[in-house]
Amino acid sequence: MSDGFIELRNIRKVFAGVVALDAMSLVIKPGEIHCLAGENGSGKSTVIKIMSGVYQPDGGEILIDGRTMPGMSPIEAIAHGVQVIYQDFSLFGNLTVAENLAMNVHLGEKRRLMNWRRTRAIAREAVDRLGVELDLDAEVASLPTAGKQLVAIARALMSDARLIIMDEPTTALTRKEVETLFRIVRDIQARDIAILFVSHKMREMLEISERITVIRNGRKVAEGPTGDFDEALITRHMTGGDILNEPYAWTPPPGPPPVPRLEIRGLTVPGKCEDLSLAIRPGEIVGLSGLLGSGRTDLALALFGMVPGYKGEILIDGAPVRLRTTQEAIAAGIAYVPEDRLTEGLFLPQSIKRNMLATSYERLAPKLVIDRSQAEEMTQGMVRAMQIATPTAEKPVMQLSGGNQQRVVLARWLLTDARVLILNGPTVGVDVGSKAEIHAKIRELAQHHGLAVLMISDDVPELVQNCNRIVLMHRGRFIEDLPADDVTEETVSDRLKTFT
Amino acid sequence: MKTQMNIRSLINRDNNIVQLLVMTVLIFAVMTALSPDKFLRYYNFESITYIFPELGLLSIAMMIAMLTGGIDLSVVGVANLSGILAGVLFHKLAGAAGIADAGILTVLLGGVIALGTGLVAGTVNGLLITRLGITPILATLGTGQVFTGLAIVLTGGPAIVGFPTAWAFLGNGKILGLATPFVLFAVIAALIAFVLSRTALGINLMLIGTNPKAALFAGLKRERMVLYSYMLTGVLASVAGIILSGRTNAAKSDYGTSYLLQAVLIAVLGGTNPAGGRGTVLGITIAVAALMLLSSGFQILRFSNHLIDFIWGAFLLLVIAINAYKNRTR
Amino acid sequence: MALLRRSETVIAGILLLAMVLIGTINPAFWQLDNLFSLMRSNVIIGIMAMGVLLVLISGGIDVSFPAFAVAAMYLTIKGMLALGYNGVVLPLLAATLMGLAFGAVNGFFVYKFRMIPLIVTLSTSAMVRGFLLGVVGTSMININKMPTALIDFARTDVVSVTKADGTTYGLTAMVLIYLGLALAMHLVLRYTMIGRSAYALGGDPEAARRAGFDLRKTIFFIYCVAGALAGFAGLLHSGMIWLANPRDFVGLELDVIAAVVLGGASIFGGRGSVLGTMLGVFMLVMVKNSLIIMHVDTTWQLVVVGLIVIAATALSAWRDRRRAA
Repeated sequence: MSDGFIELRNIRKVFAGVVALDAMSLVIKPGEIHCLAGENGSGKSTVIKIMSGVYQPDGGEILIDGRTMPGMSPIEAIAHGVQVIYQDFSLFGNLTVAENLAMNVHLGEKRRLMNWRRTRAIAREAVDRLGVELDLDAEVASLPTAGKQLVAIARALMSDARLIIMDEPTTALTRKEVETLFRIVRDIQARDIAILFVSHKMREMLEISERITVIRNGRKVAEGPTGDFDEALITRHMTGGDILNEPYAWTPPPGPPPVPRLEIRGLTVPGKCEDLSLAIRPGEIVGLSGLLGSGRTDLALALFGMVPGYKGEILIDGAPVRLRTTQEAIAAGIAYVPEDRLTEGLFLPQSIKRNMLATSYERLAPKLVIDRSQAEEMTQGMVRAMQIATPTAEKPVMQLSGGNQQRVVLARWLLTDARVLILNGPTVGVDVGSKAEIHAKIRELAQHHGLAVLMISDDVPELVQNCNRIVLMHRGRFIEDLPADDVTEETVSDRLKTFT
Repeated sequence: MKTQMNIRSLINRDNNIVQLLVMTVLIFAVMTALSPDKFLRYYNFESITYIFPELGLLSIAMMIAMLTGGIDLSVVGVANLSGILAGVLFHKLAGAAGIADAGILTVLLGGVIALGTGLVAGTVNGLLITRLGITPILATLGTGQVFTGLAIVLTGGPAIVGFPTAWAFLGNGKILGLATPFVLFAVIAALIAFVLSRTALGINLMLIGTNPKAALFAGLKRERMVLYSYMLTGVLASVAGIILSGRTNAAKSDYGTSYLLQAVLIAVLGGTNPAGGRGTVLGITIAVAALMLLSSGFQILRFSNHLIDFIWGAFLLLVIAINAYKNRTR
Repeated sequence: MALLRRSETVIAGILLLAMVLIGTINPAFWQLDNLFSLMRSNVIIGIMAMGVLLVLISGGIDVSFPAFAVAAMYLTIKGMLALGYNGVVLPLLAATLMGLAFGAVNGFFVYKFRMIPLIVTLSTSAMVRGFLLGVVGTSMININKMPTALIDFARTDVVSVTKADGTTYGLTAMVLIYLGLALAMHLVLRYTMIGRSAYALGGDPEAARRAGFDLRKTIFFIYCVAGALAGFAGLLHSGMIWLANPRDFVGLELDVIAAVVLGGASIFGGRGSVLGTMLGVFMLVMVKNSLIIMHVDTTWQLVVVGLIVIAATALSAWRDRRRAA
């Protein structure tokens, strides 16, 4: 009955008691371009790792060409033609381009010796096949991101691949580079190689794929030919429903315009962003979007004191500040919620309490010893205020859901009396219900506590819903400053697409 | 009812401590069974209270370095150098009265020199690790060699023998019927436990060790805290050096070389995660006690010191294997 | 230009500079017998350094090899005496295999329990030394008891020169063994997949696993080879000094690690070369041996080696961070 090249049947995977995948089924036919859609944290990367043999499923089976593959190892997966291009490319920075390219061929052939001439020949062929220019003797660590991706794609094509899995391949690319990538993908498909495109960007999926599978919370929720889907439908499947709430409105108070909470004048980070000027008044939520590498994160890091070499002026409530360390930024009233909650935001095995108080401990211990009753009071207050669902604040934060975890990070900053809140991807990997609640919290903070919020996000609907202004950034410069009143998701997305 | 609940939650939270206690009791029982007349003598336990503080302090020092995912391989070098520098000072200052009767001021000055040595050594380690970005293993391996080397340069090789009586009191005297080093250890251990659980420094170190990147984004002063932790480590090592030189009335560049392995072993056995973020003084204290019982038992059974080294090494590997096994099933 | 940027070129430059400096302070440095004896001192440290290089490339560390070396040496010679066997090839093979077996224990714990290599090798080191001294014995085996075949073998010279005063000196043939092993290690690292897998493991362990490297094989290979080289070097050493001392090689791990890091291997793994390591070994041995000709008291040796470790690792860390930036 199976006409697929590879098929997952009822796959189940559990990590430390947490179900990552359940009853997950997926069929990929030979030579098709298939999209696996899902929000961050929906289980996409677990699917990839199961298909490539990195993880062994706890239940269900994997079939390749109709035969079951119990206990498939990475080598077996590769031998059967499954290739993965990871988001981090999985290259060896300390080795040359040529060796990176030829490595899998050598491993696949179970060679014992390293033939450098053959390595170069293989690499040369790989690069030619892709139709690109690459210095084969360059160390991979010295290449720019786009170059590294080319190496990764060329490498995947090397071995006789029958399926290439691409994990969020367009994240770091400009529109022009995306078009080049799509040309290459169709070119690959013409050689009867299937492509599994793993993404959360709807337009790209609709543009490139033939079939789409949508997963949510580790389960498949929809599957079918691309023609059956449109953006709204995919969103609904990915998020589990439409959530529409009132767009955020900000009206300047009567009288003379208030002093901006945060103002930057001619901010420049050499090589990253140039001559940025922006003012955010109390109560404003300003959205910031742009491609990865547009300089948006560099701007955030500079504001958080992590780029001491910046040029230009930063003013908080009209007073110029010099932010050379994170401590100076925090003292100036700036709070930053980083992009990757799990690796940059949280101390996973530590308690909710310690995670919340992390930035406040020095303030809690003016005479060396921590004031425990005050610490307890602050924690309990925040658990209540942020509606964090937990019986005790002593629970390790790793046992919380994504939404509750993000509230812990927010709580940490609220305890520091922040005046400027910078959020980088505030609801990445957060389930729909929590997402709405976090948005409500952010709005409340701006509206009632007078914070200035800078919200950086890829999620255009999120920005349109929650910001009163949206700034678009490209190649280190602000390109547009759109008032939210006359902006729709369409206009922002279309504008972003023109960036090359 | 309520207290019962508390005890249970305590046990659940820290079942490593319970395991350690069980192990200690087991060792005690086995050694008693093997040689009841000698092992159970009061003298045996009394001598343990004199010997174990040195190792206990070095182990606590090692644990503190491990809290941030580091290690300090220079602790023994620091301990010896501290003792030797104080010894050199006493020999220089000792007048006709002789070293044994040196005045209290001289002894205090010696203490300042010894502790200062630990502080400077720890600062050097901390700066090499935080400022120059050297991995803790290689930085402290190198400085350990330098400290030991300086000790050799100062002494020319042989031990410096003869310390003031007041100094020796720190190593083999008695306070209220208890060994002075034991009292010193108890006070310092309580102090460190307090610092780790109730001050910003202690909690920050745990957080930094758990996730250095998140610590950066939470605005913690990573470099400064890590520097402080190595300074503390250095000072603890120098206290161990003071006790060691006081107890043996001598200081030498290669005393206590097997302490290095033992300190690492006790730190790991006591529940410290060498990758950072977890460690308690209580765990270390029980682990030291357990291993001192073990080694004194073996000595009574006439095992040579070398053989005991062998057993320590085997024990460490065993602990690693058991920990790995436990983590797997969890 | 590319040649100038290679770290080997830089190390060679520094080495040459140091030689000129030492030669200026005491011209005796340039005398042939001093140079010969320098090269002789390179042999044992150099062979061990090849193993440590392999371990460092893979991102690990090994402090157990001096213990393995001394155990393999002492046990082999004890065995030879007990059996009354007097030969060269079989004993060297036995010592090598013993080192290999010890190394396998390291590999087992590092791979199976994912434990920090420092802690594993620290324990195996203590176990092996403890066993040797506690069970096998603590007494030295002197020249009068040492197997003659070993001594005769280690005495072979490549060239020998007679001085004006009638004494002769030569360049030991053991240098050839060192060069041979170094060449072999170079070939393994450069031209075999297992050698490349060590670089891959040190470069990015996760990527190495995904690429399908058999990391168990790689880790066992690395620690076994390091152990085997140590065992071999241990026995050779006893032949060269006509003495089997069960307390030998204490603290040698630092010298060897210093030499390898000095030779440009990265302390974070993934980078390092045989040629660089050989230069690093030469530099370390030269500096240590030249303390005397430079009129520095030998008690300063440890301090000097420690400072070299710190300086070399600081440079390595600085270089790698700049590369990453």
